[in-house]
Amino acid sequence: MILSRKWLNEFVDVSDISDREFDEAMTLSGSKVETVTALDESLKNVVVGKILSMEKHPDSDHMWICQIDVGQAEPTQIVTGAWNIHVGDLVPVAQHKSLLPNGTKIEKGKLRGVVSNGMLCSLKELNLTAEHDYPYAVITPAALLNDYKPLDPEKPSIPADIKAGDKVFGPVVCGKVLECETQSYGLYHTTLDIGGATASPDTACSNLHAGDLVAYNTKTDSICTLEDLHAEQREFPHCIADGIFVLNEDVKPGDDIAVVIGADDHVVEFEITPNRPDCLSVIGLAREASATFGRPLKLHTPEVKGCGGSIAELVDIDIEDGDLCPRYTARMVKNVKIQPSPAWMRERLRNSGVRPINNIVDITNYVMLEYGQPMHAFDFSCVEGGHIIVRTAREGETIQTLDGNQRKLTPSMLCICDENKPVCVAGVMGGANSEIVGDTAMVLFESANFNGTSIHRTAAALNMRTDASSRYEKGLDSMNTLKAVERACELVELLGAGEVVDGVMDVIAKDSNPVTVKLEPEKVNGLLGTDVSREEMVRILEALDFKVEGDTIHVPSWRSDVEHYSDIAEEVARFYGYNNIPDTLSNGLTARRGLTDIQQTENLLGSVCRAAGYDEIITYSFISPTYYDKIDLPKDSPLRDSLKILNPLGEDTSIMRTTTLPSMLEILTRNYNFRNKSAKLYELGRVYFKRADGLADEPKVLTLGAYGDGMDFFALKGAVEAVLKQLRIENVRFLADSENPSYHPGRCAKVFSGDRLLGVLGQVHPHVAGNYGVDAELYAAELRFDALYENKGSKPLYQPLPKFPAVTRDIAVVCDAAVTVGELEDAIRKGAKGLLKDAALFDIYTGTGIAPGKKSVAFNLTLRSDDRSLTAEEADADVKSILTALEQECGAVLR
Amino acid sequence: MMKEQLEAIRKGALEAIAGTKAAAELDALRVKYLGKKGELTAVLKLMGSLSAEERPVMGQMANEVRAAVEKAVEAQSAILEKAALEAKLKAETLDITIPGKEVALGHKHPMYTVLDEIKQVFLDMGFEIMDGPEIELESYNFTKLNAPESHPSRDWTDTFYLTEDSKILLRTQTSPMQIRAMEEHGVPIRMISPGRVYRKDEVDATHSPMFHQIEGLVVDKGVTMADLKGTLNAVIKAIYGADSVTRFRPHHFPFTEPSCEVDIQCHKCGGKGCPTCKGEGWIEVLGAGMVHPKVLRNCGIDPDEYSGFAFGMGLERFAMGHFKISDLRLIFENDERFLQQF
Repeated sequence: MILSRKWLNEFVDVSDISDREFDEAMTLSGSKVETVTALDESLKNVVVGKILSMEKHPDSDHMWICQIDVGQAEPTQIVTGAWNIHVGDLVPVAQHKSLLPNGTKIEKGKLRGVVSNGMLCSLKELNLTAEHDYPYAVITPAALLNDYKPLDPEKPSIPADIKAGDKVFGPVVCGKVLECETQSYGLYHTTLDIGGATASPDTACSNLHAGDLVAYNTKTDSICTLEDLHAEQREFPHCIADGIFVLNEDVKPGDDIAVVIGADDHVVEFEITPNRPDCLSVIGLAREASATFGRPLKLHTPEVKGCGGSIAELVDIDIEDGDLCPRYTARMVKNVKIQPSPAWMRERLRNSGVRPINNIVDITNYVMLEYGQPMHAFDFSCVEGGHIIVRTAREGETIQTLDGNQRKLTPSMLCICDENKPVCVAGVMGGANSEIVGDTAMVLFESANFNGTSIHRTAAALNMRTDASSRYEKGLDSMNTLKAVERACELVELLGAGEVVDGVMDVIAKDSNPVTVKLEPEKVNGLLGTDVSREEMVRILEALDFKVEGDTIHVPSWRSDVEHYSDIAEEVARFYGYNNIPDTLSNGLTARRGLTDIQQTENLLGSVCRAAGYDEIITYSFISPTYYDKIDLPKDSPLRDSLKILNPLGEDTSIMRTTTLPSMLEILTRNYNFRNKSAKLYELGRVYFKRADGLADEPKVLTLGAYGDGMDFFALKGAVEAVLKQLRIENVRFLADSENPSYHPGRCAKVFSGDRLLGVLGQVHPHVAGNYGVDAELYAAELRFDALYENKGSKPLYQPLPKFPAVTRDIAVVCDAAVTVGELEDAIRKGAKGLLKDAALFDIYTGTGIAPGKKSVAFNLTLRSDDRSLTAEEADADVKSILTALEQECGAVLR
Repeated sequence: MMKEQLEAIRKGALEAIAGTKAAAELDALRVKYLGKKGELTAVLKLMGSLSAEERPVMGQMANEVRAAVEKAVEAQSAILEKAALEAKLKAETLDITIPGKEVALGHKHPMYTVLDEIKQVFLDMGFEIMDGPEIELESYNFTKLNAPESHPSRDWTDTFYLTEDSKILLRTQTSPMQIRAMEEHGVPIRMISPGRVYRKDEVDATHSPMFHQIEGLVVDKGVTMADLKGTLNAVIKAIYGADSVTRFRPHHFPFTEPSCEVDIQCHKCGGKGCPTCKGEGWIEVLGAGMVHPKVLRNCGIDPDEYSGFAFGMGLERFAMGHFKISDLRLIFENDERFLQQF
């Protein structure tokens, strides 16, 4: 909501309060100020000037040297290239050291050797437009034949030496301007030499000066514009619909232009929360300001004179569903004269961020801003049968809305209809079929109350959130409709925009129930932790127009957000001051429990990963369905059954991941593409699996990913083993997995604790790496957190340190190359007779001395007894048994 | 005669020993003078030729010479050992400016570093940490939190939905954890719940469709807005520093009443207004309020008996402020060169 402080002052005089103070106080009482802008901050030292004389620049064919009265003793000289000014015109003069809204600083200088003490301004240079802000200042240029530049120099349409009286075409001849004087604003009386005769046409073309050659239509006694000549702009480069803003205002030389155009205002942009639609209005904010600063609120009761007649004879109004439209209030205006609204109204609209259109439309916007009540104006001649029916749309109905779009309506959408068709999407946008146009003569003003949720759904379904719909959807005060329509009609009479027919149609289809809340000061203080007196509470509430009778608080109709003592507490707190509430610490009755075991385990996993040199990453939970293809997931994989976002931002973030592998590979790839030499990354993130109730199982997965120097399968396995060891997971088994399509078939393992699958690790399949455009070995591990947690070992208990020395024996056995170290280890453990404490692999050898297809594997065996020192014979007996087992189980023989 | 010989041996031996430079050289001298075939032994062999009077005198003298030589060998040996050690150590001198062998420790993501700091502050104040689902029921994310049917945040343009009937969605806030905490754990409650949330925002320097929030909830008998202020001020001072200045502003959330937003005074300009605080002098850090009676009732808690406060804050913005990270995209880009700075 953008608020003009000048407008606000009409309702509560806070003109003496600085912007800074206003911002702070309003923000702390609950109306959050986003910005305060002094509109004249960026418009300095620009004044009204009156053109006293004009002469051609001696060294330019298009510039004028003007002497201008700027309210000083001496006129000032300004050089301009604009052609639409005449002696006597009032124009904006940017003087030496002035500032324009676009940030341009103007200083005096010389233009082709002639001193210019500033610049004359166009509308655009004042950040205004003719269309919306100063419709009267539209510039219509005549086609000046002395400005003609043929498109093809070889074939000019108009001879370069054309002179007065020469024929141009048909009834059009060349005329030389002898005299051009301003008759009234925007109307010029000219005297033309048309070759031996003279003509004296009046024209709206403002770019004529003595000596100019024009195309004069002898038949219509008019001076031709470019359009009349069917000419292109580039043929008449200086005859443009742009130029100096010639003022038609009651001003005098020296007046500050900021004041003239209403930019001597400060505008405040508020962030209004959705529970306070009443504050989306000047009056609503004035009420807040009145309570904030303790100043009286001056409300105005609109008065309409009326012109006789009776609206009841002209229109019928029926509401089909009172829940959707509790109230519909309307008044009628006849003999409407559509024209621009007066400057003061246009300024207020403009300063409030609304573009002026015409008097009737401007009145509806003005009332909406002032009262917070959206208004609609129908061209009543388009309402068939003179019958307004508020109903939901029928199947198949359509309407072209004011923005020109054809809208398909559905039976859930509330519409304003005549007897045959919808003429407005209720509370959203009017129909083009009843739009206010230049010749509109009868206007029906609608000031209605609609169901917020219904309006919201309709606006969302049609994808057109308008200023009106965004107000209605918050739920408006049904008591406001009558005041607003009265105000609109008062303005019609004030502006002379038409004659207001007597009577008001005010259809109340659903009564609004006044809300009362019990005044319970002790409960309010109990909730706030304060000690505010009852009297102070009553004072605050009354300042906001709540009525307090005994213990009963009557909530004003515009405060539908208030229904409980906690709401009263907020009102009290806002004006007592949130920052005056004391700071206390509640006595926590909950036993402090700290982190749960699961949370501690999660933290522990992170610590291990970082100790192993892995950096933590955070990836999006949603991925693209194509990512499953990138990791070569089979088409029928159950992992492809992802939860789908029905309204994703894009395909890349359209499904909830069932695997973290693609997220990790994306990040590895990104680092690889950044030419980072190596990367070791981990994430403890969720995957999302469909559940029967429509929600998801969201287990966490610990994902490791790496590439670069020193990275191989065993480096990754070492990190995985470190994680498992830190969690004291027992019975860990790694099983080769050649079936996982995302991983290298010879370098992938499933890891188990007993029979429980913990996860998978390995080198990413080179084809998958290729899918990511990576020409390097990528490694990844995916471990289910729930499986890790559930298999976490119990806390360690002290084992007595060995009292007796160990015997170590190194053995090297030769076996088939296909036999795995794991199988050999299993055989060693099987063969041991209770003394073996450890079997550590220390060498695998193939080559000279070993037959092809065979390998030599060496282990360091540690044997120990807990109750005696072993003799060499005892140790040898165990080793012998181990060797026997190795031979029997694996065909491995001592080397 | 023998006396002179012994004297000569002593003199010669001590001089030679003192002049040795290496252990081997010293050892050779020891053999030369003290060995079985050494000079002293040779002289002693002549003792038999001496008179009975001379014999004990010479014997004593010979012992003295032996002792002196032995002592000298010992002393010189110590000197040589010391010199040898010094020489060895000198030879072993390292260029200590050569970088150490890398112990490559990993790094916690900066956002989780910040999150852990915040968690610790709350743990120290007796809060529990709760975790909840990201794929959530509309009723938990909106309705039970008192969000009106027409609340714009429910729009399909703002919220990601998983079902056509808009009943299941990606949670847009961690606030549904308030409902879950009350329903599943009952009162009293004192918890925070950090986690991922999702909104339909295009990625740019300050927006991401996925981001993180921390929700907090305290419900008990007699909890007041003064408790809310006291708790949040204590937390803010713990996180932002003891000299932080805060202000509480009225605001609106459907699930709290009264509601507020909390600003801290801009640390850079001290409240005067600067580019960091966009000229406002204040930086918004969190939203909070007293749990709305309707929300309590929705969770089966009698609002006349219990009251509570809730709060929520965005983690990304906090982490970015904390580490002066200029672009939100860096957080989710996971460039090693970024991660390893923290």
